[in-house]
Amino acid sequence: MPAWRGTVDAAQFRAACAQVREHGGRLIALWGSDERAQGQGFALHAALMDAPGLICLTLPLAAENPAYPSIIDIFPTANRMQRAIYDLLGMVAQDSPDTRKWLRHGAWPEDQFPLRKEFDLKQQYPLEDDAYPFVTVTGNGVHEIPVGPVHAGTIEPGHFRFSIIGERVLRLEQRLGYKHKGVEKLAETMTIEQGARLAGRISGDSTVAYAWAYAMAAESLVNFTPEPRAVWLRALLLERERIANHLGDLGYLGNDLALAFGFAQFWRLKEDWLRGSQAVFGHRYLMDSIVPGGVTVDIKAADYGRLIKAGDELEREVRILRDIYEEHAGAQDRFVTTGRVKPDLAANLGLTGFAGRASAQSWDLRAQYPSAPYDQLDVRMATHRNGDVAARVIVRFEEVFESLRLCRLILDRMPSGPILTPLPKVPENAFGIGMVEGWRGEVLMALHSGKDNRIERLHPHDPSWQNWPLLEHAIIGNIVPDFPLINKSFNLSYTGQDL
Amino acid sequence: MYQIIKQMLRTGIKTEAPPEADESLRVVQHRLQEDILKHFGHALAIRHVDAGSCNGCELEIHCVNNPYYNIEGLGINFVASPRHADMLLVTGPVTKNMEIALRRTYDATPEPKLVVAIGDCGCTGGIYGENYASCGGIANVIPVDVAVPGCPPTPLAIMQGILTAISKGA
Repeated sequence: MPAWRGTVDAAQFRAACAQVREHGGRLIALWGSDERAQGQGFALHAALMDAPGLICLTLPLAAENPAYPSIIDIFPTANRMQRAIYDLLGMVAQDSPDTRKWLRHGAWPEDQFPLRKEFDLKQQYPLEDDAYPFVTVTGNGVHEIPVGPVHAGTIEPGHFRFSIIGERVLRLEQRLGYKHKGVEKLAETMTIEQGARLAGRISGDSTVAYAWAYAMAAESLVNFTPEPRAVWLRALLLERERIANHLGDLGYLGNDLALAFGFAQFWRLKEDWLRGSQAVFGHRYLMDSIVPGGVTVDIKAADYGRLIKAGDELEREVRILRDIYEEHAGAQDRFVTTGRVKPDLAANLGLTGFAGRASAQSWDLRAQYPSAPYDQLDVRMATHRNGDVAARVIVRFEEVFESLRLCRLILDRMPSGPILTPLPKVPENAFGIGMVEGWRGEVLMALHSGKDNRIERLHPHDPSWQNWPLLEHAIIGNIVPDFPLINKSFNLSYTGQDL
Repeated sequence: MYQIIKQMLRTGIKTEAPPEADESLRVVQHRLQEDILKHFGHALAIRHVDAGSCNGCELEIHCVNNPYYNIEGLGINFVASPRHADMLLVTGPVTKNMEIALRRTYDATPEPKLVVAIGDCGCTGGIYGENYASCGGIANVIPVDVAVPGCPPTPLAIMQGILTAISKGA
């Protein structure tokens, strides 16, 4: 993918952001770093996506009282990113209307910042009182329903504060950060090689996308191109992951309508798929199969036929289930018009990934900036205009079929050759970016190398950062019992966002 | 409706044999009396708590409810409230931000109760270990009866852990 990198001052930073916004571009990620050991102060980094490609900006800041101009007015999606940057580094976003803590909760004191180099990874602080100023909705008959962090089902923790009148939701405010594990700080204790294992365990359902983005970032530090067979295998693994997740969610979407039949059928098919991954690649979720330098798994000659047959069978079964879902009056009644995010709201707030595509936001790295092997595969983007649960279901079905088609093509055209080449030693102070169209949307990894092949700074960025705020909008005007359905139709990552 | 019934008949019964209990997963000798275990063995209510996992373990927990593993066929089901639960199935290293929620959930679960820790992170903190944001394992926060390692543990291993916790033991 074409990419540019530049160092800017505060005025240029805002101007560049405004220009990208005007062109219809998006903010992908915003993060900070402590550069004081290098004799500089702090730095703010932004990854923006515009039609030509990826733009990475670095804004150096003073060592004392580091502050930068807030960009919430240009990219509303920057809000939580800015708050997280403050929690972790103490870098202030000037003129921001929202300066509430986001990741900190009560685990470390207000005047401490974990990603500053002097903060010790293992330092333990007593848990503090954790008051969080939710926005309150007042009025006759308005009630609040607090949900979480422990949720009713088998699902990740987060807090949802609903303001309701009768059954209808007036407002939803999320509070995330419950799964903050210190990923970025932990990465700074690792070598580039060790970091790959961590990268694949930030968001387990996207382990392949994360591992590939990480490998891409590490390889770009040394301008390394992996062997063709490794690259084609990576795409096969990524498409397998995409299929597995969509199957699971299509099942749960049935479950959340009390259509247990849907759950049983899709989770049977998903189990078959996971067992296929186990049999051919040694892990149901393909963890640790992608590393810098290539891949650690390969396909034996006997497995090609098995994979093709399994793909054909899955396609037949999913087509039957799609017909059943489409004909099911009860399911369609719940799906259609529920949780609607209209295209202009989606564009305004930067909705990305398959959820964005279901609201007419036609972004898909595999189609628009195809890096090998996608440049030889002509990926068809699945889009829809309605932006409701029904649209996201339609897009998911289409993506399953498209991924199965891609798997067939990949298996057919797979080049032979080595699958893993050791990376040359990484120079100090090199900067690399990897970006992959994970099943939710674009996963970005920014990697800054230190001495002796170590990680100086790693920023893993999940597309859920961009999408979580849109969920707050999607629920408005819907009834409370439709929330699990709307939530599941997006299925955003809590752990990916919380780091 | 016809299409649904046709698909069900075509699919058939997929449930496989459940695993045996594995005493090596047991962390503490039995705390519960034999007669209580007899009841748990026929109908067990599990409350799942994600105390900061990467979500990999959750994926495998979902699978125990699929037709192949069919944990409900053994009389075991997942409940929405800790107040309805006999067992907590906990994942993750226990982030500091989930420590209080986990303790409250544990306290809200009436006796007799069991705790099964799922996954490497749940058992020992996994790749995260103990740090400024992570408690380093479920046993560091609440008492654990059975610990199931794995990254993530397979659905069979998870079922084995659950069954071990409610079996009479050595």
